[in-house]
Amino acid sequence: MTGGTTARTLSSVRVRRLIIEQSKRAHVGHIGSALSVADILVALFSGTVDPEVDVFILSKGHAALAQYCVLAELGLITHEMLDTYCGDDTQLGVHPDHTLAGITFSTGSLGHGPSLGAGVALAKRIAGRPGRVFVLMSDAELNEGSVWEAVMFAGHHRLDNLTVILDNNGQQALAPTAEVINLAGVDQLVQTLGWESRRVDGHNVDALTIAFEARAPGRPLFMIADTVAGKGVSFMERQVKWHYLPVDDAQFALALSEIG
Amino acid sequence: MRKQFVSTLIDIANHDDRVVLLTADLGFMVLEPFAEHHPDRFFNVGVAEANMMSLAAGMAHEGLIPFCYSIATFASMRGYEQFRNGAVLHQLPVRIVGIGGGFAYGTAGPTHHALEDIALMRVQPGVGIVAPADDGQVDRALRDHYARPQPMYLRLAKETASHPELAGRFHWGRLEVIGDGDIAIVAIGSMTGVALEVRRRLQAEGIQTAVAVAASIAPAPTDDLVALLASKSACITIEDHRPIGGLGSLVAETIAGHGLGVRLIRSGVTDPVGETTGSEAFLRRRNGLDVDGLMAAVRRVALVPA
Repeated sequence: MTGGTTARTLSSVRVRRLIIEQSKRAHVGHIGSALSVADILVALFSGTVDPEVDVFILSKGHAALAQYCVLAELGLITHEMLDTYCGDDTQLGVHPDHTLAGITFSTGSLGHGPSLGAGVALAKRIAGRPGRVFVLMSDAELNEGSVWEAVMFAGHHRLDNLTVILDNNGQQALAPTAEVINLAGVDQLVQTLGWESRRVDGHNVDALTIAFEARAPGRPLFMIADTVAGKGVSFMERQVKWHYLPVDDAQFALALSEIG
Repeated sequence: MRKQFVSTLIDIANHDDRVVLLTADLGFMVLEPFAEHHPDRFFNVGVAEANMMSLAAGMAHEGLIPFCYSIATFASMRGYEQFRNGAVLHQLPVRIVGIGGGFAYGTAGPTHHALEDIALMRVQPGVGIVAPADDGQVDRALRDHYARPQPMYLRLAKETASHPELAGRFHWGRLEVIGDGDIAIVAIGSMTGVALEVRRRLQAEGIQTAVAVAASIAPAPTDDLVALLASKSACITIEDHRPIGGLGSLVAETIAGHGLGVRLIRSGVTDPVGETTGSEAFLRRRNGLDVDGLMAAVRRVALVPA
């Protein structure tokens, strides 16, 4: 993924096209979430994450399709494997499986990633090993109590090798987050609990790449990436229903033409 | 058993720097020696069992062997899904250390009585479950098996115990059998003391029993159980746990699965929800889990052949 092993340069457009193609082929939803994190993953896996020493955890497991597409583009899995997405006897289910190359932890139940990441980060510190831990989570995951157990723990223990990226698209399964549990002020909250809170445009790969370089000595990094669910496909953007729906033929064609 | 656990773990940690001890803010007057010996490998994670389970999975993924300490109820249940999706799903060497199985926390009341913990752990694939009968078994089980690759649940009694008949024997997936007779008493954990006392008293009456200590619940001591029960007229299991899902169920499954003809009596906690609380001795007595209760159960099967 870095240092000459990169199979090819990651492109947000390519990843988005693959997301639409695979969800159409498999007739599976969660497209909105996958499009929401596409640019974040492209930024992370274009050199930020060093697979030799770093660990990436997709805490919002339901966006795994986006990660599979990145893995295929990087050559870590083949495109033939990608074509098994959501088929029978596949390693590529809706949620990621650690038996697949490039996946560290199986996720899918929300709110586990920050704790897993804090555990990895603490173990690295104990062992004196280098490397950063990146956890990508959804904003709705902040509803889970265990997230706050992890936030308090990582802040207290000054795990500055841990970065949590919040996919802040303002939507959850049934409604906008503001209508379910209002999360305004979360940046100040984590700051109070010992984290460094930053904000970035979650669809600007260059801005994300620069933002990920930030380190705050003694403070874990909480990167609020402002995103749009369904980003890149106008009729999917900010539409709660695209958390679940698959695309039909007409929507498929329109989506691809918009992505370019 | 708690103190033996800590003492043995300190010794193991002296030789193996992969060992770390996490506690969810419990272990006053118990864990301090470990914290003093290995301050860099002791973490009070706060009152946050769910976080503790996932932290441990993350740490185990990085090559450490984390022990997660709390009262058995909280240790086994509060972070159950984190344990399932973390250590179990990834088959990582996380060790849950549940203190005070059964009624050990007596008057603390039902929130502190671990009566389903073994059942919960038995249904998870690939989890080793160890419920030692005394300090000697704690020491042996830890020394011989702490580094196994799969997750483990250790169910420990609070108080110290020693049964010379066991002489510290513990074998993974085996029973430790003491004596012989037409009737088998299969005991778990601190019920072993009750079973051995009943065996002594019945011996004085001319009734011979075999006491089998099931400290290795998973992997189940299936072969030993089949060998033991093939020649017995009756088997009585005794556990400070609900009869469903624990030792009694394990023995029933073995008997049914192997077509054994032995009669089975399962002694366990049958209190309805909402009963009054009290001391461990009182609660055991009320559920027939004391010497008198077990004596009565054995006499019933001894006097009324199947």
